Amino acid sequence: MMASSYSAKEEDGHHSGSAGLGGTAIRTRKPDNTAFKQQRLPAWQPILTAGTVLPAFFIIGLIFIPIGIGLFVTSNNIKEFEIDYTGTDMSSPCFNCSQSFSWNSTTPCRCVLFFSLDQPFESNVFMYYGLSNFYQNHRRYVKSRDDSQLNGDERSLKEPSKECEPYRTNENKPIAPCGAIANSMFNDTLDLFYIDPNGTQTQIPFIKKGIAWWTDKHVKFRNPSSSNPNLTAVFIDTAKPVNWRKPVYELDTDPENNGFINEDFIVWMRTAALPTFRKLYRIIQKKNNMTPTLPRGNYSLEVTYNYPVRSFEGRKRMILSTISWMGGKNPFLGIAYITVGSICFFLGVVLLFIHHKYGNRNNSSDIPN
Amino acid sequence: MLRRRLNRLCGGDEKRVDSRTIYVGHRPCPDTEAFIPSKFCDNRIVSSKYTVWNFLPKNLFEQFRRIANFYFLIIFLVQVIVDTPTSPVTSGLPLFFVITVTAIKQGYEDCLRHKADNEVNKYLVTVLEDGRSVKKESEKIKVGDVVEVVEDETFPCDLILLQSSREDGTCFVTTASLDGESNHKTHYTVPDTEKDLQALTATIECEQPQPDLYKFVGRMHIYKPEQEPAVRSLGPENLLLKGATLKNTKKIYGVAVYTGMETKMALNYQGKSQKRSAVEKSINAFLLVYLCILISKAVVCTTLKYVWQSKEGQDEPWYNQKTQKEKDTNMYLKMFTDFLSFMVLFNFIIPVSMYVTVEMQKFLGSFFITWDKDFFDPEIQEGALVNTSDLNEELGQVEYVFTDKTGTLTQNNMEFIECCIDGFQYKHRDTWSEVDGFTVTDGPVNKLQQKAGQEKEELFLRALCLCHTVQVKEAGSEEVLTDQVDGIDEMRPQLEEERGFIASSPDEIALVKGAMKYGFTFLGLESKSMKIKNRENNIEEYKLLHVLNFDPVRRRMSVIVQTKSGETLLFCKGADSSIFPRVKPEEVDRIRMHVERNATEGYRTLCVAFKQLSAEEYAVADTGLREARLALQDREEKLIAVYNQVETGMSLIGATAVEDRLQEEAAETMEALQGAGMKVWVLTGDKMETAKSTCYACRLFQRGTELLELTLRTLEDERLKREEKLRELLQEYHRKAVQDAPPVKAGVTRSWSTANQDYGFIIDGATLSIVMNPQHEVDASQYKSLFLQICQNCTAVLCCRMAPLQKAQIVKMVKTSKGSPITLSIGDGANDVSMILEAHVGIGIKGKEGRQAVRNSDYAIPKLKHLKKLLLAHGHLYYVRIAHLVQYFFYKNLCFILPQFLYQFFCGYSQQPLYDAAYLTMYNICFTSMPILAYSLLEQHISIEILLDNATLYREIANNAMLRWRPFLYWTLLGIFQGLLFFFGVRFLFSNPALQDNGQVFGNWSYGTIVFTVLVFTVTLKLALDTRHWTWINHFVIWGSLAFYVFFSFFWGGIIWPFLKQQRLYFVFANMLSSVSAWLVIIILIILSLLPEILLVVLRKPRGPHSRQMAAVTPLSYKHLKERY
Repeated sequence: MMASSYSAKEEDGHHSGSAGLGGTAIRTRKPDNTAFKQQRLPAWQPILTAGTVLPAFFIIGLIFIPIGIGLFVTSNNIKEFEIDYTGTDMSSPCFNCSQSFSWNSTTPCRCVLFFSLDQPFESNVFMYYGLSNFYQNHRRYVKSRDDSQLNGDERSLKEPSKECEPYRTNENKPIAPCGAIANSMFNDTLDLFYIDPNGTQTQIPFIKKGIAWWTDKHVKFRNPSSSNPNLTAVFIDTAKPVNWRKPVYELDTDPENNGFINEDFIVWMRTAALPTFRKLYRIIQKKNNMTPTLPRGNYSLEVTYNYPVRSFEGRKRMILSTISWMGGKNPFLGIAYITVGSICFFLGVVLLFIHHKYGNRNNSSDIPN
Repeated sequence: MLRRRLNRLCGGDEKRVDSRTIYVGHRPCPDTEAFIPSKFCDNRIVSSKYTVWNFLPKNLFEQFRRIANFYFLIIFLVQVIVDTPTSPVTSGLPLFFVITVTAIKQGYEDCLRHKADNEVNKYLVTVLEDGRSVKKESEKIKVGDVVEVVEDETFPCDLILLQSSREDGTCFVTTASLDGESNHKTHYTVPDTEKDLQALTATIECEQPQPDLYKFVGRMHIYKPEQEPAVRSLGPENLLLKGATLKNTKKIYGVAVYTGMETKMALNYQGKSQKRSAVEKSINAFLLVYLCILISKAVVCTTLKYVWQSKEGQDEPWYNQKTQKEKDTNMYLKMFTDFLSFMVLFNFIIPVSMYVTVEMQKFLGSFFITWDKDFFDPEIQEGALVNTSDLNEELGQVEYVFTDKTGTLTQNNMEFIECCIDGFQYKHRDTWSEVDGFTVTDGPVNKLQQKAGQEKEELFLRALCLCHTVQVKEAGSEEVLTDQVDGIDEMRPQLEEERGFIASSPDEIALVKGAMKYGFTFLGLESKSMKIKNRENNIEEYKLLHVLNFDPVRRRMSVIVQTKSGETLLFCKGADSSIFPRVKPEEVDRIRMHVERNATEGYRTLCVAFKQLSAEEYAVADTGLREARLALQDREEKLIAVYNQVETGMSLIGATAVEDRLQEEAAETMEALQGAGMKVWVLTGDKMETAKSTCYACRLFQRGTELLELTLRTLEDERLKREEKLRELLQEYHRKAVQDAPPVKAGVTRSWSTANQDYGFIIDGATLSIVMNPQHEVDASQYKSLFLQICQNCTAVLCCRMAPLQKAQIVKMVKTSKGSPITLSIGDGANDVSMILEAHVGIGIKGKEGRQAVRNSDYAIPKLKHLKKLLLAHGHLYYVRIAHLVQYFFYKNLCFILPQFLYQFFCGYSQQPLYDAAYLTMYNICFTSMPILAYSLLEQHISIEILLDNATLYREIANNAMLRWRPFLYWTLLGIFQGLLFFFGVRFLFSNPALQDNGQVFGNWSYGTIVFTVLVFTVTLKLALDTRHWTWINHFVIWGSLAFYVFFSFFWGGIIWPFLKQQRLYFVFANMLSSVSAWLVIIILIILSLLPEILLVVLRKPRGPHSRQMAAVTPLSYKHLKERY
């Protein structure tokens, strides 16, 4: 960096280090006696010794083990029910639907699965759909979207981003919403029925709002020209995504949940991290304190089977789960905390032993030096 | 390099000719063939590299010649051309930043050079043209112009002095800016030139430009009408060098002989070859490892991708169709672009920013050396000087120290101690009682209170007064020089009138002053006559006929003077070895004893001889000298031949002893260096006895040290020839020092104070040259390896009677020996330059012998004693800092990129980045760069005082200990461990992505952000764990950059950025923080990844003496270091 080369200024007897290092100013004057320049800034000099680290290990151990137990218990208390309805098996009620799938069929294929819950789900129940071997995190897939179109930009609506290829235009009309993610939106319809012991089926009411991030729903996703309530007119010159059965403005009847701000759509657009994932589908609100949200008993799940997964050996499942302060059921955190806490505690004990046994000897052995 | 090219351009064809012909004043000469104005290069000095027009292309070209920059450029281009996972901005921005900063820095430096060039080139000088003085810009001077220079001006080009305003045709010049010698040098006009320069018709024939400042050979033909052309020889005494300053002379006229880039000064500023430090080599080795990791990662991913895709339905499921273009692409081309994409995705593992940080660390870190007030020397009002910042860490790696003796170990502050006249010892005391100023001591040699005869005494003192090249400083001349005269003046107020002497060697001044104490005062040299005041206060005058200059080969000098009475006398002084063979043998014995005794006491001895020349003898000598001086070819050899012929058959009259005192704390410094495990070699031109005594005084040799001597004296053997004896001795010493010595444990654990016999080795220049170039080629390598092995097993090695080039040879030999140890040379004089340049680290001492050494050094310090702090404290700290910096950089980028690599297994090998582009770019630039930079500037894992007190600590970092493969492996494993932990910890968390208490799920960007947050915190806290010296800056930077990360993430995710195509991170960070699980996983992962590190620190058994002292510092408490006022 400071390769010295001949510089003409040296002719005048200024032998300054070529790049101005140690220039004349420094050369002739006494260096400043400041703490910084003399590398004598006051400093804290912590030394990690067994003595100082020991309490830390014990404290970590003592904190982590209870947290871990708490997490583990919480996770175990979460009720979760999962049912696979892909229909790969001959015996599965959805086998026919999965076999006879065609993009062009006009009549939706329905199938019904029966299951029973052994335990009542007390608090709010969250209904998820899960997909397996579905690479929502594939690079080609992740980037195939146009966020400015989804944000209601009129120009992007007419002229979607190049990233949306090959789902950018259809029959010379721009696709809205464009891109592979939107195009492959999950479109199975799941309905849940409670079967009374006497055989009558009652549909369980779903709430379909509040399943997407608040900021996504209210800021990131916006319908174009929000002043115009008539979405049909807004999307007039656009084509629906190729694999969709209905255009984007018919996703829901509620204008607050239609078009780009449809929450099912928004949830789908948040691409999953791993090829096996779940996404929030509906929320079953607790009615009152007296009855559980989902009592013990038999249920039927009615599936409108629109979404093909067999071509890539995918799996579809429906998950019912309650939620705690730490989210869904996941024993990992609890186990991790208990393990780390125990390790720390154990190490603390070992260190205490070492410190006690060898600590003194170390000091004495140093003295002859 | 550029200059060389320029020279070639300027030189053109005439380069092939051995000499050039210059027409003084461009006047054609009657005698010669037609006047051919030959082309010489103009007087423009070009030190700048660039012009406004070529700056951009040329600078960019030079920058991209660096491998690292080129690599990043390639990555950038790949990103631009190929469809890659990350945008070109992620690597383009840092690269652009680096290139711009470097370009601005170099541009600024070049701008300064331009300015300086212009200042020189546009300087107005007076040129005589057709009898008129014309003001011209300096760059327009052409070879052959007659230039006028007035007092205190510098010469604009190399001139031959034609006319001086002084009566005697001389002028005085200082060459302080050329070689640092601030004494006035006398230069002479060419004899017999016309008073009227207009009428002068002459040609000058001289050699082509060459860089040696002290050599010049030329001939001047003066044409006079109706006369034979006169020929005058030209030597360096006629040549005024560009850059020198005219002093004490009103004005001079000279003819330009060399101009511009051909001046001796310009030729002397050849760029130094760049030295590379061992750390840099380690970095390159590590880089190679990481490059292999990078490529293998990309290969693995590409292979797996195609294996995975071959399964049906995976490559192109219905939900993720390829574009038409992708479908059309050739399979192999696609494979290749996939490979490139993976390379780009993982390229962050080799960070651009590391180079920037390392350079910054070196540049900024070197300021601490210049700022150190301990290096400030009140005497010369200067501190340390850093000429290169590339080698800071090398100071902590030194294994061999090569030191000069005179001026480095010793003060070069000569004091006349005693003399011996005709075998009788005279010791001078300040309080002499006798009238004549003599005190005769009864030395052990001479029991009788005897004195040499009055006549002999006076002859000896006259010889001291006459035989030298000292000048008397004119009274009332420049104040500046008063300081320069000699230290002795200040230390010892003299009773005699204050008298300033100027000489190139302090010995001479000491001798003249010594004579003065005994009553003979040298008054000065005026128009070739020397005046001395004798004891009776009478003025004696001698006509100076010839000076037979001192040179290191002859090791003596002589003057030929003529007394008033017409006698011609030759006085000669020189080293004993060069005088004794030239005097009558019977005189030698009486004085040899004194000389040897003085030498063992550490004094510098000179013998003085004289000879009376008869008229015939003188005539022969005179013509011989004149002829030799006129010779154009081989002038040196011819002169020496004449000198040798004249300086024979002299009679010895006495010897002098001059003390050269040791530098302050020389012994302590040497002891500390040896304690630090460095081998100290003394390389000196001095004679063995003197050097040996200095070594004893410096405690390099101790009483118990067994000396192995390999000198001409030990080689003398009746039975054997020299070389056979040499082989015998080498083998014997080898047996002693190498084979019989108990095997020492390698590495740092080796204890120094073992009961082993210490060996010291002494070799002299003549023997060394036999070792290096034996008669039989076959022996060369054998001798060398024997010699080296012996030396390596000795605690100290003394090489005496060394020529400058031999010093460099020794350094080179050690440097290239097995294990290529790091060498350091320290010296103060021009004779040390070669070894300073040769060694890994060259240190110059701002001593008395000019600034040559300082200018060619990498670091310059005022005193030898400063070397201790420079190496033990600064060097140690710099090494630890930079080694940690390098390891840390590789580590942090490994655990940065490893999760990204692992993620490929979960995203169908699609090159999906785990982190957002902003994080990818900012990770190295903003989030993690400042803490490590602060660490690498401020860390003191052991405080400076302790480092200075315990020299052995230096050994803990010997042999590049912190950058060997073992620590590298440790850091790499740590990085891999943490990378795995980050990725899989979050992976298990995401087995259920419903992480919020409202049941909502997290996507892939949340995944990446959690990993990244853990990463930034872990990596920063890891550094915090390593920091042993927490100043407020460390606190500020470490906590500040973590806070900045959090702040930035909020900010980056808080706004819909209009310029971004995808709002990937919109509220991802905020949402992450709203999830308790995310917090919990972040905390546990950080603690878990730091756990092994903490454990290792605790369990690592505290070693060495410092641990105890460090423990004395209360842990976890602020230690306010007291400032030393």
